[in-house]
Amino acid sequence: MAPTKALAFSLAAIAVLLLAGLAAPKWLLFLSTMAASHGLAILGVVVLMRGGGATFGQGLFFAVGAYGAAMASIQLGITDAILRALLGALAAGLLAGLVAPLLARYRGIFFAMLTLALSMVAYGILSKWSALGGTDGFNLPRPTVLGMMLDTSWADYVLYGLTVVFAALAAAGVAVYFRSSSGLASLAVRGNDLRVEYLGASPRALLALNFSIAGALGGLGGALTGLALGHVDPQFAYWTTSGEFVFAAILAGYQSVAAVFVASLLLEVVRSFSNLYFPNTWQLALGVFLLLVVLFRPGGIGSLWSGRKAKPARPEPEGEPAVACKEGTAT
Amino acid sequence: MDLALTIGIDALTYASWLFIVSLGLTLVFGVLKILNMAHGSIYALGAYAAASTVALFASWGWSPASSLVAMLFAAAAVAAVVGPLLERTLLARFYGRDEVLLLLVTYALFLILEDATKLIWGVNPYYVSEPYSLLGNIEIGKLVFVGYDLALIGLAAVCGLAVWLGLNRTVAGKVVLAVIHNPEMSASMGVNISVVYSVAFTIGVFLAALGGAFTAPMISVQPGVSVSVIIVSFAVVIIGGLGSIEGAAIGALVVGLARAVAVHVMPEIELFSIYLVMAAVLVFRPEGLFQSVKARVI
Repeated sequence: MAPTKALAFSLAAIAVLLLAGLAAPKWLLFLSTMAASHGLAILGVVVLMRGGGATFGQGLFFAVGAYGAAMASIQLGITDAILRALLGALAAGLLAGLVAPLLARYRGIFFAMLTLALSMVAYGILSKWSALGGTDGFNLPRPTVLGMMLDTSWADYVLYGLTVVFAALAAAGVAVYFRSSSGLASLAVRGNDLRVEYLGASPRALLALNFSIAGALGGLGGALTGLALGHVDPQFAYWTTSGEFVFAAILAGYQSVAAVFVASLLLEVVRSFSNLYFPNTWQLALGVFLLLVVLFRPGGIGSLWSGRKAKPARPEPEGEPAVACKEGTAT
Repeated sequence: MDLALTIGIDALTYASWLFIVSLGLTLVFGVLKILNMAHGSIYALGAYAAASTVALFASWGWSPASSLVAMLFAAAAVAAVVGPLLERTLLARFYGRDEVLLLLVTYALFLILEDATKLIWGVNPYYVSEPYSLLGNIEIGKLVFVGYDLALIGLAAVCGLAVWLGLNRTVAGKVVLAVIHNPEMSASMGVNISVVYSVAFTIGVFLAALGGAFTAPMISVQPGVSVSVIIVSFAVVIIGGLGSIEGAAIGALVVGLARAVAVHVMPEIELFSIYLVMAAVLVFRPEGLFQSVKARVI
């Protein structure tokens, strides 16, 4: 998307969402805040997925962002919510940038499993670190925004507005990035990284770049989630958190940035309703839904309104059990 | 010295059940090219089924020794029902697709099985401690070890040998190796690939369920056991090299040792000691210890 068009879209979205937020009941406001902040982390997964990287460890950056923002307020005495969110994103982005060169050597399931391993190491450290509250985590002091103390009656709305603004701007940024040369080359890496290498671009550098962007987005999402909840705990880094991000990313597909937030909202709605009505079968519902998406809409819900047809990733004929066991599916 | 012996036996015990489970995971990956995230859920199914079967046998008034048979029976029953069902109805639809896509499919399966287990057995923990004391205690030097733990080491060795011999010393095994090497060529030579995949997956399921069934007496069987198992057995197969039996054995020993040392020396790093080892191995051997380097195909 052209930069001006993307910015116009995101400003319009911000305006509409801020107005809608005024009318929304408290529970919906909180739900939307969660959807937007989680949506940022999911957007990171989508950026990575679009470049051929599958991650099961986005929770790592989600947690680092949340803890980073929290530490900024406790250790450095920074109360401003915007600054805290940005510091969280910066911490996670830096960490991602540090490990990216190492991880970028891997592809496919190895990449996925290594990110999972990293996030579980972080989970282990966070839950054993008693100064950070161990498995219970800790509560955060109330933030200020632009030097103003938040009135309790308005706090929820302000945090909602903040999250929405961050989410919309990040979405616009990602939409622009997708159309940049690196963004387009990432798409090619997803198709066939070896061919990209022959053409002179570096899939490794692209993967590392995408991974760093994903990390920063995850951190921003984590920091905002921590602010809205007023609490952080190691569960942020747990692999089921990462799994939910992956779920939403698959649901969204990588063709439309807006779809990411729709998917995130869907997930939040289903989560909160199922917590109420069927707490023991909500994973089951998620699993069935994921299967249905993978089977019938491999391009994600984004492919519903995005013009390009989604094609399921077909493998190269060699090196895979390409012989179909059913008639009609042979490649 | 005593500490070293304790760590050694602990490591071996832990490694042995881990090896049984990881063997299934690595076999399924080797043959079907699926990294099965639902493997841990099948482990949990095995543990639950064992708990129920042992209780059932006891209620019929059968001797306590029958509980060992009960556990074996439970694992076989889980494999016979779950294996072909999952492979035929679900996984067969995705053969030849991207490995990552299959990872997602098995992740969905994991989510489904988690709740299915809760629906069948509820959320309260089960205890099956009878078989654990069945084999008595064994004294080595000044230390006392539980016979069951040592028997588990034997079981792991039997499983490993059986799979290895089955693959490398029988005609059927050679056919499987051929399919692993080149499914298209095997198919054109008249191998029925669907059957090979089905059987291999079912054996993998059986091994997971067996691991679960025989670990059930050592733990409290409750929701959540699957998660810890899957994460650790992933580490094992990644360390050893995906699809390698020897690798799974070495990986299980490495992880078992890392965990045992951590538990006895620095308990706070228990969980991530395993992952530190895994990360260390991968930095030097990107494909794991026993994986030959594959040419990338354009």
